Amino acid sequence: MRHIISLLMENEAGALSRVAGLFSARGYNIESLSVAPTEDPTLSRMTIVTSGSDAVIEQINKQLNKLIDVAMVMDLSEGEHLERELMLVKVRVEDGAREKLKHAADVAGGRIIDTTEHIYTIELTGSCAELDNFLENIGRNLILETVRTGASGIGCGERILKL
Amino acid sequence: MELTGAEILIRCLQEEQVEHVFGYPGGAVLFIYDALFRQDKVKHVLVRHEQAAVHAADGYARSSDKVGVALVTSGPGLTNAVTGIATAYMDSTPMVIISGQVPTGAIGEDAFQEVDAVGITRPCVKHNFLVKNVKDIAPTIKKAFYLARSGRPGPVLVDIPKDVSNHKTTFTYPASVTIRSYHPAGNGDSAQIRHAVQMLLEAKRPMVYTGGGVVLSGASAQLIDLVRLLGAPCTNTLMGLGGFPASDKQFVGMLGMHGTYEANMAMQHCDVLLAIGARFDDRVIGNVEHFAQIPRKIIHIDIDPSSIAKRVKVDVPIVGELKPVLDELLSVLRGGKLTPNTTDMAAWWKQVNEWRATGGGMRYKNSSEIIKPQFVIETLHQVTGGDAFVASDVGQHQMWTAQYYKFDKPRRWINSGGLGTMGFGLPAAMGVQMVNPGATVACVTGEGSIQMNIQELSTCKQFRLPIKIVALNNGYLGMVRQWQEFFHGNRYSETYMNALPDFVKLAEAYGHVGMRIDKPADVEPALKEAFARKNDLVFMDFRTDPTENVFPMVPGGRGLSEIILAEEL
Ligand SMILES: Cc1cc2nc3c(=O)[nH]c(=O)nc-3n(C[C@H](O)[C@H](O)[C@H](O)COP(=O)(O)OP(=O)(O)OC[C@H]3O[C@@H](n4cnc5c(N)ncnc54)[C@H](O)[C@@H]3O)c2cc1C
Ligand SMILES: Cc1ncc(C[n+]2csc(CCOP(=O)(O)OP(=O)(O)O)c2C)c(N)n1
Ligand SMILES: [Mg+2]
Repeated sequence: MRHIISLLMENEAGALSRVAGLFSARGYNIESLSVAPTEDPTLSRMTIVTSGSDAVIEQINKQLNKLIDVAMVMDLSEGEHLERELMLVKVRVEDGAREKLKHAADVAGGRIIDTTEHIYTIELTGSCAELDNFLENIGRNLILETVRTGASGIGCGERILKL
Repeated sequence: MELTGAEILIRCLQEEQVEHVFGYPGGAVLFIYDALFRQDKVKHVLVRHEQAAVHAADGYARSSDKVGVALVTSGPGLTNAVTGIATAYMDSTPMVIISGQVPTGAIGEDAFQEVDAVGITRPCVKHNFLVKNVKDIAPTIKKAFYLARSGRPGPVLVDIPKDVSNHKTTFTYPASVTIRSYHPAGNGDSAQIRHAVQMLLEAKRPMVYTGGGVVLSGASAQLIDLVRLLGAPCTNTLMGLGGFPASDKQFVGMLGMHGTYEANMAMQHCDVLLAIGARFDDRVIGNVEHFAQIPRKIIHIDIDPSSIAKRVKVDVPIVGELKPVLDELLSVLRGGKLTPNTTDMAAWWKQVNEWRATGGGMRYKNSSEIIKPQFVIETLHQVTGGDAFVASDVGQHQMWTAQYYKFDKPRRWINSGGLGTMGFGLPAAMGVQMVNPGATVACVTGEGSIQMNIQELSTCKQFRLPIKIVALNNGYLGMVRQWQEFFHGNRYSETYMNALPDFVKLAEAYGHVGMRIDKPADVEPALKEAFARKNDLVFMDFRTDPTENVFPMVPGGRGLSEIILAEEL
């Protein structure tokens, strides 16, 4: 099953490679990983999207907790949570398709942030699945380039991950 | 007054009561060696290879309750140390390794003797640090020792660039340390502990299975009380030997691949299993599906949550430090009215004793013609009164020592279980002898393993370490040869040890005493003579039966009850 795991760790050189190394050394899946400092610059927050059996996910949580630099781990998918990913996608605009593309971006809640005569760059946030859908809808043959940040996740309401 | 980073480092070691550092100098650690030279509290043991420095620090820690310390230079010094670090990591030895690094300005420039020490060691240390500022040396060393010895112990590496070791700052050693992202477990959950006691008292066929955690945490006394109260059979892993006295009636021997028949059968057939500081290794429970065929309830006590439910499902997990958890378990047991059901226990012991009556599958046929390796170990046990520190290398000789040297005390059996590192024995024995001066220290080895760190005979000479080397020389990489015999149609591919040196002359060349023993009748006199030489290192080259195999054996990937016993004799 797909799991989205959030963690807080020391914002130190090498901390990221400890997490990445753990996943590769133990053969765990890693679908995406995003990381940046929090409001407290000594801490980084990481969101990892992974998948595996219940036993594997349990080990992933335990192994992450075992890393000395990792302060807190939360499996967001164990409760209500929100998930967002940012995507920048550059598409080829064919004659007559301009309006259609604008409309598609509007409907998905995206913005066109750069245009040339034949190219639009669209910014879009949503769940990973929503972004996948958008790409499907506009047609893969028009896509010139996509950049995705990987999911960022946060618990709903009182579910807070803070030191 | 301001001190250099190197001086601060040495002061930190003094603060940590470090008496011995095992190491090897080089360019990146010149300032550190200079600071060592200018004091006399911390003694340096100059090994002949960095791998040996780390194994020696490892043996030092395992045979005492101290943190082992090793010091190596950058680049090849560090890479040589990696095997030792990985060995310590697999067996959870508390250790601090200090490595030199190229100057901060040169890092990343492929500088002379530069390797990414933190990167290379990351997967085989509990934690590691690169110290970029002289002000960080003292707090980092404080953290390193704290991390190494607390929680599940392990090796911690501190990488210090050369310039940092020469920069100056004032020295204060932190009085205490907290790491906000690190909180090792302490007491266990009381409700879980009560639940466990209930389950154990209701068991018809209880079994206690303990491992290295008991030795590491010094919880033998509690374990002995607990096993007596429960009246259950007790088995130890290879790493747990000595944690429970081998001579006790309730001890059924080691379990696992080369464990006794009764230990493996009891493990397979018990209905409640109490696992204490052991990690259900693949060499211990064999095939996981086969192990799960007979349902049993499992209670697992371990300080590391990731050891629990890693390979088997656990019914009652208890995360905590063994001593307080066992103390609480004992007080609940003693405070309650229930006691184990005597009828059930009698029936269970009847069964266990029937398995035992097979001789545990640990028979061997002694000979008056050729030396049987098991006979050497039995005689070693007798000659040393069962009270020596025994460091071992890796192979058949290691298994025979585990089986036939009945360890009654913890921290006496020093071997590489998790990584299985040939070359561990001699340097580990050096560490054991350094921290236990005057104690009887034996190193059981093979003609293969000893050659992996034989240069340490020179260190032993320099530091007058009177280790007794018991080489079971079967002329083969015996453990591998055994697998080739059983599973690869007797094709002994590259396992014959050709062109062996004359070990007697070799020992003499290093300034030690050498003995060659060919006949069974000479085994006991040789051992007696060797151990009587209190101040000498004696290298005993026992020419043993090259065809002997280790029994019992649970072939890799098979179930515990699919055990192969020694041929009917
Ligand atoms: C040739 C060869 C053959 C082998 N054959 C066998 C065999 O037949 N049988 C066998 O048993 N092994 C055998 N081994 C060894 C095997 O590979 C493992 O190393 C060993 O079984 C692991 O022992 P353990 O489970 O006690 O774990 P250890 O590695 O000793 O782990 C200790 C456990 O205790 C926990 N712990 C540590 N400190 C504390 C504390 N303070 N409080 C609570 N918990 C703590 C740790 O978290 C860990 O889970 C063999 C090795 C070799 C090289
Ligand atoms: C460094 C290392 N290389 C290879 C092995 C694989 N191996 C395990 S046991 C063994 C044979 C050991 O031979 P010897 O020391 O003579 O002991 P014996 O088995 O003959 O008693 C080998 C090669 C290992 N454990 N460690
Ligand atoms: Mg051999």
